[in-house]
Amino acid sequence: MSVLELRSVSRSYGRGAAEVDALSGVSMTVEAGELVAVMGPSGSGKTTLLTIAGTLEEVSSGEVLIDGQTVSRLSLDDRAALRRHRIGYVFQDFNLLAGLTAVENVALPLELDGRSRAAARAAAMTVLDGLGLTALADRFPDELSGGERQRTAVARAVVGDRRLLLADEPTGALDSTNGESVLRLLRRACRGGVAGVLVTHEARLAARADRIIYLRDGRIVDESPAMPGPESLLVNETRS
Amino acid sequence: MSMRHALLALLSDGPSYGWKLRQDFEQRTGEVWPVNGGQVYTTLQRLERDGLIESDDAEAEGAQRRFRLTGEGRAELGRWLETPPDLSAPPRDDLVIKVMVAVGVPGIDARGLLQVHRRHLVEVMREYARVKDASPGEARLAMVADAEIFRLDAQVRWLDSVESSLEELSPPAAAPPEGSPRVLLGRRVRVGGRE
Repeated sequence: MSVLELRSVSRSYGRGAAEVDALSGVSMTVEAGELVAVMGPSGSGKTTLLTIAGTLEEVSSGEVLIDGQTVSRLSLDDRAALRRHRIGYVFQDFNLLAGLTAVENVALPLELDGRSRAAARAAAMTVLDGLGLTALADRFPDELSGGERQRTAVARAVVGDRRLLLADEPTGALDSTNGESVLRLLRRACRGGVAGVLVTHEARLAARADRIIYLRDGRIVDESPAMPGPESLLVNETRS
Repeated sequence: MSMRHALLALLSDGPSYGWKLRQDFEQRTGEVWPVNGGQVYTTLQRLERDGLIESDDAEAEGAQRRFRLTGEGRAELGRWLETPPDLSAPPRDDLVIKVMVAVGVPGIDARGLLQVHRRHLVEVMREYARVKDASPGEARLAMVADAEIFRLDAQVRWLDSVESSLEELSPPAAAPPEGSPRVLLGRRVRVGGRE
């Protein structure tokens, strides 16, 4: 069973002559352990797709299933609980709370969900350790570099029992080296059993995902499948 | 790339043998560009003929000969390193030519065609990313892989830019006046008046 499944999802805004189709008949699945990049120009529907996958927005038609549950059949409370327990978000601007340390930021979603402070902290430390971020745990956001903040945000997005990680241009505010390390971390987080969706307009970053879906004018126009084993391209002619 | 200048650069570290230079060359370039021994020895002979390197022992054969940089060789290396590549005219890029030809052909699905090329470029980038990830700690290999990844990324951005401009595409205009920026793109103009 796929962690995320979109079945013929369409979303339009406005009415009559002013109606705009942000998404049209989009179907896709994302499995546990894989990172799927959604690539497309501005206005192609990338962010709409992500907000719909995150249950933050209703579809106009079609169905969204998360872990086999049809989102539209859930009550608003159940949908909110699904968001809290199962879905993690990573945004371009980190969204860490300045007054909390890295580990407290990571633990916060669990505390808000009713876990004890000690249990939430233990779970947060487990995630930070698993992602190689132990050294950042007790530092405040203003003591972290941009890349470190975003890595902390990735840890927060997968803490607890989260199954779906949604990242919207997560490296937009970072230089290329930090951007790449955040992408590596996203992939590492997915390898731990989370299904990841990365929205980006940058080919260089999309190239790091397991699969790439190309979106244009709200439709999927192409897809690059998962790749087979490593092959060396790095053989070239040298001339004297 | 220039094997000739790469060998001069390696010899600037001190005298060396042909077999060692080949080994060092592959190591310095992240083992991305394998070379055969014959290629190295032929280039060394030419460099010696041109007075840019010299051998300890002219009588020794092949692998036994040790080479060192001459003063002229060191000066040539300096000139080559400091001379920026000629960027005054756009290179003949197959992708650019294909796309520019295609967008003018009636009945061609230009967006579809751009996507075919975009997808291929991204596939190649994925290969390079995987090569890089499969070799952690190999900084030189990573640098070479990054050079390709950034170059391909620039081509994808160009395709994106073409796609966003497709609607503005109009029939070819009359020849631009002499001295306009388009003249630079239309002819193989060289810096300093050389053509």
